[in-house]
Amino acid sequence: MCGIVGLFLKDKALEPKLGEMLTAMLITMTDRGPDSAGIAIYGAETAAKTKLVVQSDTPDIAFAGLDTALSKVVGSTVTMTVRSTHAVLTLPSGTTAAARAALPKIDPSLRVMSSGDSLEIYKEVGLPKDVAARFDVASMSGTHGIGHTRMATESAVTTMGAHPFNTGDDQCLVHNGSLSNHNSLRRQLRRDGVHIETENDTEVGAAYLTWQMQKGATLGEALTSSLDDLDGFFTFVVGTKDGFGVVRDPIACKPAVMAETDQYVAFGSEYRALVNLPGIENARVWEPEPATVYFWSHDTAPTSSEKAA
Amino acid sequence: MTNDRSKGIPRTTPRQSATFSRDVNSDIRRAAATGIYDIRGGGAKRKLPTFDDLLFMGASISRYPLEGYREKCDTSVTIGGLHAENPIHLDIPITIAGMSFGALSGPAKEALGRGASAAGTSTTTGDGGMTPEERGHSNKLVYQYLPSRYGMNPDDLRKADAIEIVVGQGAKPGGGGMLLGQKISDRVAAMRNLPKGIDQRSACRHPDWTGPDDLEIKILELREITGWKVPIYVKVAGARPYYDVTLAVKAGADAVVLDGMQGGTAATQDVFIEHVGQPTLAIIRPAVQALQDLGMHRKVQLILSGGIRSGADVAKAMALGADAVAIGTAALIALGDNDPKWEAEYNALGTTAGAYDDWHEGRDPAGITTQDPELMKRFDPIEGGRRLKNYLKVMTLEAQTIARACGKNHLHNLEPEDLVALTMEAAAMAKIPLAGTDWYPGKPGTGF
Amino acid sequence: MQTLDLTKLGLRDVNKTLHAQTADTNQTSWTIENAKGSHAIACGLNAPIEVTVKGSTGYYCGGMNQQATINIHGSAGPGTGENIMSGKIVIEGDASQYLGATGHGGLIVVKGNASSRCGISMKGVNIVVQGNIGHMSAFMGQSGNLVVCGDAGDALGDSCYEARFFVRGKVKSLGADCEKKEMRPEHIAILTELLAEAGFDAKPEEFTRYGSARKLYNFDVDNAAAY
Repeated sequence: MCGIVGLFLKDKALEPKLGEMLTAMLITMTDRGPDSAGIAIYGAETAAKTKLVVQSDTPDIAFAGLDTALSKVVGSTVTMTVRSTHAVLTLPSGTTAAARAALPKIDPSLRVMSSGDSLEIYKEVGLPKDVAARFDVASMSGTHGIGHTRMATESAVTTMGAHPFNTGDDQCLVHNGSLSNHNSLRRQLRRDGVHIETENDTEVGAAYLTWQMQKGATLGEALTSSLDDLDGFFTFVVGTKDGFGVVRDPIACKPAVMAETDQYVAFGSEYRALVNLPGIENARVWEPEPATVYFWSHDTAPTSSEKAA
Repeated sequence: MTNDRSKGIPRTTPRQSATFSRDVNSDIRRAAATGIYDIRGGGAKRKLPTFDDLLFMGASISRYPLEGYREKCDTSVTIGGLHAENPIHLDIPITIAGMSFGALSGPAKEALGRGASAAGTSTTTGDGGMTPEERGHSNKLVYQYLPSRYGMNPDDLRKADAIEIVVGQGAKPGGGGMLLGQKISDRVAAMRNLPKGIDQRSACRHPDWTGPDDLEIKILELREITGWKVPIYVKVAGARPYYDVTLAVKAGADAVVLDGMQGGTAATQDVFIEHVGQPTLAIIRPAVQALQDLGMHRKVQLILSGGIRSGADVAKAMALGADAVAIGTAALIALGDNDPKWEAEYNALGTTAGAYDDWHEGRDPAGITTQDPELMKRFDPIEGGRRLKNYLKVMTLEAQTIARACGKNHLHNLEPEDLVALTMEAAAMAKIPLAGTDWYPGKPGTGF
Repeated sequence: MQTLDLTKLGLRDVNKTLHAQTADTNQTSWTIENAKGSHAIACGLNAPIEVTVKGSTGYYCGGMNQQATINIHGSAGPGTGENIMSGKIVIEGDASQYLGATGHGGLIVVKGNASSRCGISMKGVNIVVQGNIGHMSAFMGQSGNLVVCGDAGDALGDSCYEARFFVRGKVKSLGADCEKKEMRPEHIAILTELLAEAGFDAKPEEFTRYGSARKLYNFDVDNAAAY
């Protein structure tokens, strides 16, 4: 059980403040999830480059010389920015797979938090304000981002159990609720070769979307079929390179509030999370309908399509 | 093998099937005749690993017992001191579990109040609200806050000594209350705001919150309404005790009531009672582990229920880490439910003393689980109160006897290490070594 | 007029002050500022006072309300007015899910839309919504009246007992054992009075009444699919 926040900026002038705004939204949701917190920020892309964010519980050892080691592996310069237990690696486009494969040999404690041209995921055990401070999220800028604060239901409180989960390049997922058929789905996905690390039900939701998209579905189609294949209570907020999406299960008991102005589209588990956004008094505030996929993109017009009964 | 006596071939003994037993076959016939699931009261009747499979070691050359009477063995417990201004002080660690007015008659609820108060402990309302008799006769009354919210109102909430948010109960983890038309009398109907004589359908989830993140906000609201004065308990069935206790604590509960599958209900589907839930013996260790992992053992109290019958059960529950226990079915039996003196009437109902569980029909010969005015007259609440007090006193003395033999001056000082197990299941479920060994299945470092 | 700033005083002190008002208080008019989506604002009130909440509220504003009038100048979060016993709650904006859940009496008025499970398990409260209501509204509604000037979502009145539903717009679907009912003069009278109390200008004749088909009142195997 948890708190979710999301912010999609329409006004470029707000981009430098994305991290600050998301941090404030996330901290108001602390009561809903004291165990761990995470944020996904879609920030600046660099031409011909892509990013990997890695984490280690022993960063001093793991990150020492990591950029050099990876530069050798990919045959070109890899740069690194360290933020506490996480490191952002900037690699030449197309070298992600090679870099990922090399990581366990360089240091077995390294875990991949995210991969993508624009996406960076930071997550750790701890209260939202401490997690945000650790990575200095408030200083980050970007076009959109999602955040999550967790109260673990049936799996352990660990770094890898925290959300957001990286489901594919530039894609991520956060979840509020409790899936009831995640064990069977996990077995099925693992049989199909999908890598799932934890016993966390959300990770299964994320892996399920990745799997659907690997088989050719669009994100919208994957979210629509999730309404059939996933059982339980869920509100999902997903991030993609150019936008973000929201879907609630057909019973729709877990809370969800959205707000839209000319400057942004925002999501929160409670209205409290949105209360300090600019212009909130005049925003259009509404609750997403059950079993309906909502999607906002910087590239195309926003959509919402209701799943046929 | 057919019999042909003329040829001197002996008959084999007729053999009943263990799979298609007499009981099972009668269930099938009943289903075929009626087209409705079997509804009954009580808890799981099937054979289960229970506290009977654990024994105390007692005193020896290395451990010395306490003298009876002169050397004190304290039985008191305080529930809900974490946030509430007025925690509940109990003289004995045995409370009366939630049972509704509606399921029980008014005099039966009165008797529970009288007996519990005389013994220095609390009673609990049930899925029907608080009656004046119960509040009047109970020194300490816990008010249940259920999915149905029948009769719920802030005046009664503020009269309560504690509030118990019911998420589930052992007989039916995930099921709501059930009261059939026969027991929806005028008074019950008025209290529950239902038409008289209909079959009550009940919600299984709370109407205005879902999940521990929401529960935290609900607990805040209830505290605000009652001025943060009284403890808030959360009651769960023993479904996923480690997670459930963890989440109850994170949501802000002052105490957790944990109910195993032997816990009774007034009425629900027999299939729910017998096939969903876990034995009380199996749920207590994970619950205590959760509290210990959070550093909350003895700070958030654990009240265990579901088939508690004697002082031995009380002592064993405490030894495994509970702060107190609750009794429901046992209290009713003490009052006179299923007493053999009504055998002729049980037979007329198609049953026998000890097996009578069709409480939902409202025809209880003992006058306890009925709303019928004629049957209710058979039950004397003052006598019933006395019997309950006696039974509670006996359980307390039994627990003290055992505790003293183990060298304890407080029931809370009983520990898992005072116990041995007789069976593999009990050893594994309670993490108690088999008698004569230092091993139980799943013991770390032993490769099992 | 007494003003309480929630940000300065905190929830406990705000509620404590309001709880201290008795039947004969002469401080009958209160304003709460900076609601900012906080939870349990003005819950458990029991005095004939009027409280205006500035801003949108979180969960359970006005929970278990008795006698008081609460005006929310904003939108209201989940479970607003849950278990209301008497008195009145008026929401200028929208209401989130579970509005008036298990309410026993009183009146709740929403000038915007209400969300899912509006009036769930209602036990005598009257709820009047100018806009639309969401799915699973009045689930297991036992008594009281739910009046909707707009549309109703899926499964209206599923498993209801004797609560009455009046909808002027479309009903997406009816729940188990809920059916269209005849509008008789006594219903027009109830509706007229409720619309007047809510201050909504709508004609009772334009509404359709819905309520329990009463087939689930005693179990019958032929209705088993409805459970």
